[in-house]
Amino acid sequence: MNILPMSGRARVLGDDVNTDYIISSRHKKETIDPSVLRAHLLEDLDPGFAASVRPGDILVAGGNFGCGSAMEVAVTVVLAAGIRAVVARSFSRTYLRNAMNNGLLAVIADTGPVREGEVLTLALDPGGRLLLDHQGGPLIECAPIAPFMVEMLELGGLVGYLRERGGFEGRP
Amino acid sequence: MRPQTLSEQILSRAAGRPVRAGELAICTPDLAMGTDGSIPMALDYLECMRPGGGAPRFPGRLVFALDHYGPASGPRAQALQERARAYAARHGIRCCEVGEGIGHQLILESGAARPGLLIVGADSHSTSYGAVGAFATGIGSSDLAGVLLCGQVWLKVPESLLVVLSGSLRPGVSAKDAALLLARRLGADGASYRALEFVGSGVAQLDMDDRIVLTNLSVELGAKAGLFPFDPVTEAWLRERTMAAFEPVFAHAGADCAGVIDLDLGAVVPQIALPHRVDHVVDADAAPYTVVDLVYLGTCTGGRLKDYREALEVLRAGIAPGVRVVVTPASAAVAAELERSGMLAEFLALGAEIQPPGCGSCCGTCGIVPADGAVVVSTANRNFKGRMGNGSASIYLASPRECAAAAVRGSIGGPA
Repeated sequence: MNILPMSGRARVLGDDVNTDYIISSRHKKETIDPSVLRAHLLEDLDPGFAASVRPGDILVAGGNFGCGSAMEVAVTVVLAAGIRAVVARSFSRTYLRNAMNNGLLAVIADTGPVREGEVLTLALDPGGRLLLDHQGGPLIECAPIAPFMVEMLELGGLVGYLRERGGFEGRP
Repeated sequence: MRPQTLSEQILSRAAGRPVRAGELAICTPDLAMGTDGSIPMALDYLECMRPGGGAPRFPGRLVFALDHYGPASGPRAQALQERARAYAARHGIRCCEVGEGIGHQLILESGAARPGLLIVGADSHSTSYGAVGAFATGIGSSDLAGVLLCGQVWLKVPESLLVVLSGSLRPGVSAKDAALLLARRLGADGASYRALEFVGSGVAQLDMDDRIVLTNLSVELGAKAGLFPFDPVTEAWLRERTMAAFEPVFAHAGADCAGVIDLDLGAVVPQIALPHRVDHVVDADAAPYTVVDLVYLGTCTGGRLKDYREALEVLRAGIAPGVRVVVTPASAAVAAELERSGMLAEFLALGAEIQPPGCGSCCGTCGIVPADGAVVVSTANRNFKGRMGNGSASIYLASPRECAAAAVRGSIGGPA
């Protein structure tokens, strides 16, 4: 996959981080421009979070990341903050699809052992397995990513995919 | 042929080939909806997919709902909304105007959601349409842009969890209580990636309003869809609303499912979700004693006529001093019926405030915003911190009756 390997600093969040926490609808009604909204990333959970994000950081979460509203600014605001991947024990389905559609790598893995601030590396091994390396311990094997998702991610997401192909022709 | 779940059958037809749980399929939705909250971003994506944007592939299969924003949302929100309105006007898309109500309610009321259809909506509560036996699921703005571009969407076919309903709700207990109890038992991700298919003898005991509450709240358990089987209740309800033909789909006996959950409706007691989680649910009388500031009656979960009828039965005892009660009907039709029946006058006489039909204060985009530190008891679907536009408010979710009881007592829980 052309977007791997990827390295970054772990920013650890808990379980059930909903999209209203990622970006509140009260800000979304003012603008959908993610470069503006990024200042409010995760504001209701941790008012200092947005200012502490560095480009290349990787969000690490527990279960059900991105639950609640299907609003897609909850993905574009993460990308606008310079974050290119979210690793979670599980995702809400709308967040996962919005992430993949926008080229934000959404990886499912047991994130329990990952600690705040650790340097993470996501990479494929020679056998094609997706592995998460964290300073603190043994490699964590991640859930495989479906071939269609890989194809989409390599084109930058659904937008790139449909810009290139004009549709889903040739796909069952 | 291998037996299929309701979801597999509907998605097979929409994919034009037999599909089974776990597969990725390219599907052609029969109906796609978006809101002023999601359409402007979809139009940006469409522009990126195809310079100039251009006409949607199937304008007749689209409904736009201007329900999240209104005059109270400020000029920027209204400018975003205008983009959706202008695109709909240019391309002949049905557009539900500001004040007509919540898109989900309008689509259901008009009979546009029908059994066997695949419906996608750029709003998570699109699961509501499953009440009529459609497969209905939430998508994002980029997916909606894809539907505008080529009329198709990629979907992973979900496994189904069967919710076997038995018995019937006792007096004073609502479908909202049953839904909150399911959230309590399964958790906020208990049905992730799965379709909840409601079956069993209890189905016939639930009217369409009840079923809409259960499918609407299915997404709060992480479900991709919630589906009720087509039965005489569905048929009678649809016949009142549409002349359009429909082909009901029935689950095959023996279809694989991911699990079975038994729910005895007769054993359900009033529930309440405590801040700030939909699955942080306790029996309503076991909630810690808390003084209430604001009672909110509305949204796509709890803003229908039945909800107001049940709330009013309790509220007639009078609203406690210091409590604000806000009514936001789910649609103009609901508001008109409230007026015709005299219920609106009763609400006003009791001191309730009436907001225009729409999403209202549910996600803090339109209408009243709770004061700092306010305690809110609401018929809505989410109680996340900040959900109603103020991160310092605490939101409790309950049935219309329990909400009204909170307004009468001025508190929830007991004993105090």
